[in-house]
Amino acid sequence: MSWLMLKPNVVWALAGVFAILIAASLLVVVLKARAPQKDFSELVQRIKSWWIMITVFTVAIVLSRNVSIVFFALISFLALKEYLSLIPTRRADRRIMFWAYLTIPIQYYWVGIEWYGMFIIFIPVYAFLYLPTRMVLIGVTDRFLAAAGSLHWGLMMTVFCLSHVAFLLVLPTAGNPVAGGAGLVLFLVFLTQFNDVAQYTWGKLFGRTPIVPSVSPKKTWEGFAGGVLTTTLLATVLAKYLTPLNLPEAALAGALIGAGGFIGDVIISAIKRDIGVKDSGSLLPGHGGILDRVDSLTYTAPLFFHYVFYLHF
Amino acid sequence: MIRLLRWLYFKVFVQTVILFILGLNIRHRDRLPQQGPAILIANHNSHLDTMVLMTILPWRILDKVRPVAAMDYFFRNRLLAWFATNIIGILPIARKRNSPNDDPLAGCRQALTSGEILILFPEGSRGEPEQLSGFKTGVARLAESQPHVPVIPIYMHGLGKALPRGEALLVPFICDIFVGDPLAWHGDKDAYMKELDKTMRQLAEEGHFPTWQ
Repeated sequence: MSWLMLKPNVVWALAGVFAILIAASLLVVVLKARAPQKDFSELVQRIKSWWIMITVFTVAIVLSRNVSIVFFALISFLALKEYLSLIPTRRADRRIMFWAYLTIPIQYYWVGIEWYGMFIIFIPVYAFLYLPTRMVLIGVTDRFLAAAGSLHWGLMMTVFCLSHVAFLLVLPTAGNPVAGGAGLVLFLVFLTQFNDVAQYTWGKLFGRTPIVPSVSPKKTWEGFAGGVLTTTLLATVLAKYLTPLNLPEAALAGALIGAGGFIGDVIISAIKRDIGVKDSGSLLPGHGGILDRVDSLTYTAPLFFHYVFYLHF
Repeated sequence: MIRLLRWLYFKVFVQTVILFILGLNIRHRDRLPQQGPAILIANHNSHLDTMVLMTILPWRILDKVRPVAAMDYFFRNRLLAWFATNIIGILPIARKRNSPNDDPLAGCRQALTSGEILILFPEGSRGEPEQLSGFKTGVARLAESQPHVPVIPIYMHGLGKALPRGEALLVPFICDIFVGDPLAWHGDKDAYMKELDKTMRQLAEEGHFPTWQ
């Protein structure tokens, strides 16, 4: 799937994303000119980080299928590293964590050779059974359950769930003649990120009723509902260009992404609150860490993947 | 030739390992010195400590940076000695005096006089991972003899997890770095050491890190 073989719809969608980015950058310039005394530095940083992320993402998608798979593997690596640096770990588990990192190339290798059966059980079954085996052989029982549990939860979120984005890419084009696997990836990633922004904007404008105040005091029912509705609407518009979904299927996909994205977001918030940090890291200026950016995707990727997979592949 | 080798080592190898495999999270970067002379003092848990400190300083002053390192450890064999002297650029220091009149810090004083930046690990050894041990007083004696040289305390967390003493397997962990304000010399060695100890503990507390055991 070199750039010559990218479907025209995918090229148009990427062009559309850049158009939005340019519009957002221009909007900030206008805002700055109108209110020079206000501080827009965080917004400027955020958009600058968006430029870098979207450019890297586009280059990866355009270059080749294998480059894209490596790109998603790197995201899993950065996310797992952030997670393991954040959570309390045990000194005895240094080698176990090394094994945990090794699951990343292996899991994405299954994606590369399109072995779905192995891809879907490798982490939930084999990694799940193997890592505690190694831990038992090391023999430190103090906080054993906490260590084994938190390690596997992290692997599920950052490697298993996120690798579903890469598997969308290698699904047979026959199942999605209009835009191929790249179209599904764009649909999922764009709507997930759009939903984050939409929920934030609706919440800012109309937010009144807190939804999970003890986890994320700024999140409201109004933001949630507005975001899910907007995302659902946009999904029905975009679906026929990028996916094999018909209108009602597309609406449900949009709602799934809207609601799933919200849950992924608040779950990472809950973890951060548990540990006592504000951002998961400092990799992306204005956004925080990589976990702050892919939190929604950890939920939307497997949900959307299995939904489309069941219906059309 | 040596310059090219140093460039390859630091810019290609060390930067890749440190920025990609590990990843840095630097707080108060603006407190780092932009020129010599200066003394950076940091807690010591890993061989990576020196590499990280050399990576976060501006490349143009790298030639002036001299990690102060134990002679008995780094001059064990000729290859290591060559590497430590020419590529890393260490300033060797004897951990034991041969005679009571020896001044182990003479080399440090001379380097500071010629405007170099010293990296010192006053704990003296890497010790147990992610634990602070007591500081040796050499740094206070240096500050006493050259009170105008800024002494910048730096607390690092995570490298002792990534590559602790006695381990050869590098496990990726993000490294948190807290740069402190320069310590001032007020004429008293004990007060100075207390101040250093307090500053390091305050920097460590900025991170709220759970103990690692």
